[in-house]
Amino acid sequence: MPYIPLEDHLPGITGLLEYRKDTAAPIRELTQILLRGESTLTEGERELIATIVSHRNSCRFCTAAHTAAADILLGETESTAQVKADHHSAPLSEKMKCLLTIAAQTQESGKAVTTQAVQEAKDAGATDLEIHDTVLIAALFCLYNRYVDGLATVAPSDPGFYEGLGKRLKDNGYNRLPQGYDHLKK
Amino acid sequence: MPNSRIADEIPGIKSLAKFRPSTGKPLTALAETILRGPSPLTHGERELIAAYVSYKNNSMFVYQGHAAAARRMYGAAGFLVNEVMRDPNTATISKKLKILLRIAGKVQVSGLAVKQQDVDEAKSHGASDREVHDTVLIASVFCMINRYVEGMNNFTRVGKEKVEDN
Repeated sequence: MPYIPLEDHLPGITGLLEYRKDTAAPIRELTQILLRGESTLTEGERELIATIVSHRNSCRFCTAAHTAAADILLGETESTAQVKADHHSAPLSEKMKCLLTIAAQTQESGKAVTTQAVQEAKDAGATDLEIHDTVLIAALFCLYNRYVDGLATVAPSDPGFYEGLGKRLKDNGYNRLPQGYDHLKK
Repeated sequence: MPNSRIADEIPGIKSLAKFRPSTGKPLTALAETILRGPSPLTHGERELIAAYVSYKNNSMFVYQGHAAAARRMYGAAGFLVNEVMRDPNTATISKKLKILLRIAGKVQVSGLAVKQQDVDEAKSHGASDREVHDTVLIASVFCMINRYVEGMNNFTRVGKEKVEDN
């Protein structure tokens, strides 16, 4: 049961974003730019950053949602599984592994990001903007994970829910649906 | 630029917003809305939450900006800012604010650390649903801002190249 009254048909973050829309708007805009805007990182790679941070913050809802989105965008499920177990052994480029290390350090604390990890990412070909966006995406999911669990929002147990949500995140990104969410009412 | 003032008050964010203006804009708008937008919490209470979370995240640059803002807002009672950083429980603030700060402190550790009992206690001392919500949201946003500012601080020590947005 959430700690504050939220709409039953909007579990996880969606209910919170509908609860206070004036703060939801810049949160959605920031997320849309970082995860779906122009970037030299693919949408799937950026969803992996969201996945590793949410997993390490033990946020069930966000981990399942972004695993689903990443799986759809990447067209395979091995990457998300490996990123959560040990990203060093994931079937990813050296650059992406270095960026996931930076994301994992950011999850711990901003101060935990080491100059060595940054240097290794650069040596593996990461641009300054890619490193910047990795830190900011990781920091943003530290916000989301706390918001979602700090108010005890519902994380549905049905895997089908996250498949649907992952598809919505692929097709519509992070913008509020123009028609709102009433159509999700059962 | 209606947000320029608040951007100035969040040390570190302003230069990062210049580094990548497209993300700087919603970040600044978010900070402005949680700290100065409509809320049952006073500006002083919100700055206190921002300062407390930043202090616990050891993000001293950000902490100092919000501690200074909170002191200005509390005026003659500005001494309570230092009291809160030492321990909200013994600070000269209302019981309600003590519990809201306890919730903010738990959010700093993990969202999962906030328990039903914390929320029940806050409500029994008069906190509304919206006050609990805004406390959790402000604390969460500063867990992002602190990581962003501190993480990029180490990054800029390595990178000297100029990065253009888009």
